[in-house]
Order: sequence, then C-alpha cells, then structure tokens
Amino acid sequence: MSQQRKAVALISGGLDSMLAAKLVMEQGVHVEGINFFTGFCVEGHTHAIRESDKAKPKRNNALWVAEQLGIKLHIVDVVEEYKKVLINPKHGYGTHMNPCLDCKIFMVNKAKQWIVENDFDFIITGEVIGQRPMSQTKSKMPIVSKQSGADDLLLRPMCAKNLPATRPEIEGWVDREKLCDITGRSRKPQMALAEKFGIDDYSQPAGGCCFLTDKYYSARLVDLWKAQGSKDYELDDVMLLKVGRHIRPEKHFKLIIAREEGEGRFLEGYKKEFISMHCLSHTGPLALIDGITSAEDLYLAASIVARYGQGRHAEQVDIKVRDKEGSERTLQVKPLTNEEIPKEWYV
Amino acid sequence: MIKETLNARRLLCPLPVIRTQDKVKQLKPGDQLEVICTDPGVMQDIPTWCRINGHKVLETKACDHEYSITLEVGV
Repeated sequence: MSQQRKAVALISGGLDSMLAAKLVMEQGVHVEGINFFTGFCVEGHTHAIRESDKAKPKRNNALWVAEQLGIKLHIVDVVEEYKKVLINPKHGYGTHMNPCLDCKIFMVNKAKQWIVENDFDFIITGEVIGQRPMSQTKSKMPIVSKQSGADDLLLRPMCAKNLPATRPEIEGWVDREKLCDITGRSRKPQMALAEKFGIDDYSQPAGGCCFLTDKYYSARLVDLWKAQGSKDYELDDVMLLKVGRHIRPEKHFKLIIAREEGEGRFLEGYKKEFISMHCLSHTGPLALIDGITSAEDLYLAASIVARYGQGRHAEQVDIKVRDKEGSERTLQVKPLTNEEIPKEWYV
Repeated sequence: MIKETLNARRLLCPLPVIRTQDKVKQLKPGDQLEVICTDPGVMQDIPTWCRINGHKVLETKACDHEYSITLEVGV
C-alpha cells in the first residue's frame, strides 16, 4: 500500500483556497490548513469594534472553511515578521499599500518552513492565473515558487494544468488530470466547481481579505509613517487605523475620534497610552490624541472633539482632558464649525 | 487535571484564537482552560477552533461586554 501523502493548504477563508484543498483531499491526500495572521487580514476586527456592525456574522472564514472541509487549521501569528514585507517590499506595492507579490512569497515561504518542521510533503494554494493583477499572473507564479523556496513542492490545483508539472504530479502523489485549468477573473468556473462539491455557502470578499488593498486605510498608514518620519508600526497602530475619525491638524499630532459606542469602548482600552478627551457638558465621543501636544494643541483638539458632540452648536463646551497617568482637567472651548475644520485635516 | 485562565481581553479575533491555540499546546489532555475575551467574535471562533482540533467546549458565558469560554483539552 502506498504511503498517504500530506499537504498543507494556505486557507484564506475564500472560495479558491477552499476548492484547491478540496481537489487534493478528493485524491486521498491528508490535508491540513494554515492561515497567517499579519494584522491586516482582519475584516472581523471592525465588525467586533463597531456597534452598528453587531448584526453582521462574526465568523472567521478560515476557521469556517476548515470546519466545512473537515481539516485542522493552524493559525500562525506573523505580525512581527510581516513588518519587513510591508515596510520594504522587494517587488513594490500594488494600487495602494498592498505588497501582494512579496506577501505571497512570504506566506509560501512560511508554509515551506512549516512542512519541513511537520513532515508534510507539499503545499497547496488557491491561486488562479489572471485572478489578481499583481500576484496571480502566469509570469508571477514561478517567481513565487522560486523566491519562496517552495519550488516544485508548490501545487496550485485550480490552474495546475496551465503550469509546468510539480513534484506531487510527477511523483504521482496527485493525478494531474484531476486538477483544473482555470484562468482569468471570471468566478463562474469556481462556482461550478463549488456546486459539484456541494459547497453552497462561501465568502467572496471584494478586493480580497486585506486592509492594505483599501484606499482609505492605506492613506492612514502613509500618514502615520509620514508623521513619525519612519516606516514602522506596532500592532496597536494597525488596529487604531481601522477605528474612528482620524483628524490631523498638525504634523505632530492627530485625533482619533470614536464614531459610535462600540468604537468608544474600544478606544477606552488605550487611555493609558494616549491623552484622551471627552465632553462633560454634553453627550459626545471619546477621542485619543496621538502625538506630543502643547497647551494650544490641546485646546485646538478639544475644540474639534466638541464639534462631534451634542454641544456642537453651543457657545461653550466643557471637555475633560485625561493624561496617560490619569490626571484630569477640564477645558472650556467653543466648538469648531465644519468650515473651520479643513478637509485636508481628515486622514 | 489542571485548570488555567487565559486573559485575552482587548484582543480582536483571530488573536484570542491564536493565544488559545498556543496555550493549549502547553496543556495536557483533560486539562481545562478558561479564555476571557472582549471580542464577541470569540463566541463563534473558539468553539469552531475547538471542534476542528478535537477539544471540548464545557461552558460559554457572556456578561457586560465580556465573554468567557471554558474548554477541555482533547487528545
């Protein structure tokens, strides 16, 4: 009896990686899933934070896919290692701050390390030729295989027939004829395959599952780097860029103002790391002040915070200012009007 | 059998799942772990993670924006 081969599948939570894993499982290969947490592939985070999103399902799609397939899923925290990918991508950024090709090379490289450590035979991805302009073109596929170090142990079941045979195919671990030849951006072949496998519930995130493909998120990240004078970040920065209104009146400080209760509760958790403000005399949002501020800066910040509370039309509003150590004082300010907050301040 | 507690407050999914996964690796079958979180997503994600990895959820609690899941480590 031949040895049962083992493969690890990169599971994003979308349909393609689900189908890729299923195609190989159908051939009797033992498949387990792997999912990398970079800090940016976190749509669920904002759902968790925002009160208005409470009705949306909060499932983690990668876990959900693994359960549908009946496979284990290993979620790997790569936040620290991913920084060098995002900060200095060898192949550059996409339309926004998305380093898609470097990201794919990085993840396949991590999967290669994982199969060596766990005695697995090969790697599966859900890549499809022509699906994504930066990382999933026919010319980019060999770059990912080579630069990740996976070489011919990287199998792309969804488009394998359009690519040179890999070791799993050559050695007969999988039957190449039972793999697919899907190309292009149409989703019809994937939907047909899903129907064939009886899969009728799946996630299809527009633009992928990464915040770095988002224009507004990317703009906030660039603003952060400009303000601090270096391309660096911590996980808390990544999280805070997703939350609230960001208003930067001066290069050296910005405000993060909660837009609703859920965001306010989330920002509460950062009161020991930032100066915070909220309105005493009227109902209003919590705001964090990111940066080093003078007395004049704090007065300006308080006038902006007042604009977003119920006292926006009042002559005077009391704003409580709390420093990181917990000392509090109150500022009396006149709220700025919409016209007094230039559009360029909004990040 | 030992019972441990993991503080995953303020962490957003999937971090509570990752921290749970890492903690469970240090425990033995039959040990219990209570994970305390503030992200409501854990009420779905940690039980799913337990099911696919062979662990048993003993209890889930939700109270005042805090969520707690107690699991028993499987074989």
